[in-house]
Amino acid sequence: MSDTKSRSLSSDAWHDLRRNKIFWIASVLVVVVLLMAAWPSLFTSADPRDCVLSRKHAGATGGAIFGYDFQGCDVYAKTVYGARYSIVVGVFATLISGVIGLGFGLAAGFFGGWLDAVLSRFIDVMLGIPLLLGAIVLAKRLSADPASNGVFAVTVTLGLLGWTTAARVMRSSVIAAKNQDYVAAARMLGAGNSRLLFRHILPNSMASFIVVLTILLGINIASEATLSFLGIGLKGDAISWGIAISDATGYVRVAAGPLIWPSLFLAATVLAFIMLGDAVRDAFDPKLR
Amino acid sequence: MTDISVGLDPRATLLHVDDLHVEFRTRDGVAKAVNGASFYLNPGETLAILGESGCGKSVTAQAVMGILDSPPGHVTGGRVLYRGVDLLQLAEKDRRQFRANRIAMIFQDALSALNPVYTVGFQLAELFRKHRGMSRAAAKVKAIELLDQVRIPAAKERINDYPHQFSGGMRQRVMIAMALALDPEVLIADEPTTALDVTVQAQIMGLLAELQHQRNMGLILITHDMGVVADVADRISVMYAGKIVEEAPVYDIYARPAHPYTKALLESIPRLDHKGRELNVIRGLPPSLTDIPQGCAFHPRCGYARDICRMDQEPPAYQIAAHRIARCHFIREVLGV
Repeated sequence: MSDTKSRSLSSDAWHDLRRNKIFWIASVLVVVVLLMAAWPSLFTSADPRDCVLSRKHAGATGGAIFGYDFQGCDVYAKTVYGARYSIVVGVFATLISGVIGLGFGLAAGFFGGWLDAVLSRFIDVMLGIPLLLGAIVLAKRLSADPASNGVFAVTVTLGLLGWTTAARVMRSSVIAAKNQDYVAAARMLGAGNSRLLFRHILPNSMASFIVVLTILLGINIASEATLSFLGIGLKGDAISWGIAISDATGYVRVAAGPLIWPSLFLAATVLAFIMLGDAVRDAFDPKLR
Repeated sequence: MTDISVGLDPRATLLHVDDLHVEFRTRDGVAKAVNGASFYLNPGETLAILGESGCGKSVTAQAVMGILDSPPGHVTGGRVLYRGVDLLQLAEKDRRQFRANRIAMIFQDALSALNPVYTVGFQLAELFRKHRGMSRAAAKVKAIELLDQVRIPAAKERINDYPHQFSGGMRQRVMIAMALALDPEVLIADEPTTALDVTVQAQIMGLLAELQHQRNMGLILITHDMGVVADVADRISVMYAGKIVEEAPVYDIYARPAHPYTKALLESIPRLDHKGRELNVIRGLPPSLTDIPQGCAFHPRCGYARDICRMDQEPPAYQIAAHRIARCHFIREVLGV
């Protein structure tokens, strides 16, 4: 208590995060995965597309520490290279969903009335669209160009279809925060709408929204796999964890490695993002300090 | 920023609420929360608005501040004159300039009235930065100064604490500091001590009285606690079903109430010399705001009520003395003259 330097919520949060083991573990994992996505050659010198059928389901040798898959490709190299599209699709689809969900949730919750009625019904309609059906239509339209590898189409498709839960959660937190006395007090002290919304309501309604987004990130990485498996996701010779997992499921009784390794990477990545989200949320909650 | 002093008449009454009407339009019908409340406030004066829960005290305060939740709340009539300027006629943008600068308010529950995610110092300093354009450092100095003024020990350190780290009484002091930050001329305190225990209540009331004296500020004290009122108020307005039924200087009202409701309220205060006897109560409940009785709203619970009280015409405001009015047909009987 002796320091009299000005403290803000973010500096306090950072102070807390620095001592949080979970935060560091999650951060290291996230950084490793991001490095993998950006520069896969840092992790392996093997070419994931150098596949020889004669090595089909062969055990681990030399650089190929995870063995070979049903086409004789190096599983380790494929997993490392697969990080890129999985991360890109997962993170950007989640960002798109987050922005849309935040906008809808804030507007519906804060302004209420007819705007809320219209926005909420629109959310309900969106929620009624089955992911796969919606994705088939959307992804097909978006990836009209046969030369594209489908990353843009999949990302936008998942982003446009996945924001509803986030919006609903945001809306309810905003409504809860809006009726708090401190919002009335802020108005009493001369705050306008934008100030109320961004200074007082938003910071108090982010907690559950962040949790929903971290879960959504995992769902998006897995959904990319589903779409790719159905042939409406990533195309051509694109490598992703999703594709690797769905390819390997058919051979799980012959060789489990090609299924287990990308699944482990996927699980660890999702877990790392969820842990990071949790740690950040806790650090920004002054009541837990 | 528009200049808010334009149109202000320094000779006019500090705050004059005239025939204020507020209703809430809900699914269950229209609840008439305030039905023609009128009162005035002079600089340096303390006016207590006294009444049971649900009589429209807090709604009146919110309407004066302009922070009524709308919808469902609507101001349907009347004027709120601040030095001659009708605040209800101003655009929201202009009206905002009056809040905190001219009229500020203290809430009942300070914990929920302070934003939990910011430190107390940040919330205070923000006011100076936003309204006065001060630098971060200058605003912080002012914030510490203000916390000192409301007697928060070790203000320099506590400025970095979050609202939940303060005790109830200290939190209310912070709330008072926030309200007084921009030197308002009118302070509305909505049950400022209800959430506190008795010893702390006395400290907070003492602090409020002292700050009011220093700043020559008009104070409107909204409460249901007749004990709190007796010590600090200059005048009392008694409110029933959204209307001021009696208004009088504090000594007159305690000595000789002129309205049956005021009289009943005073008689219901437990007294030491009546030990062992049953407490006096006012029979019945306050009327539902969706269905206020015709005539005098108090007649179903009133011992003086006769046919005239049940008629459509509500009793007018009878002038009793220079600063005394009461809305009752039988003032003489109640006063016992």
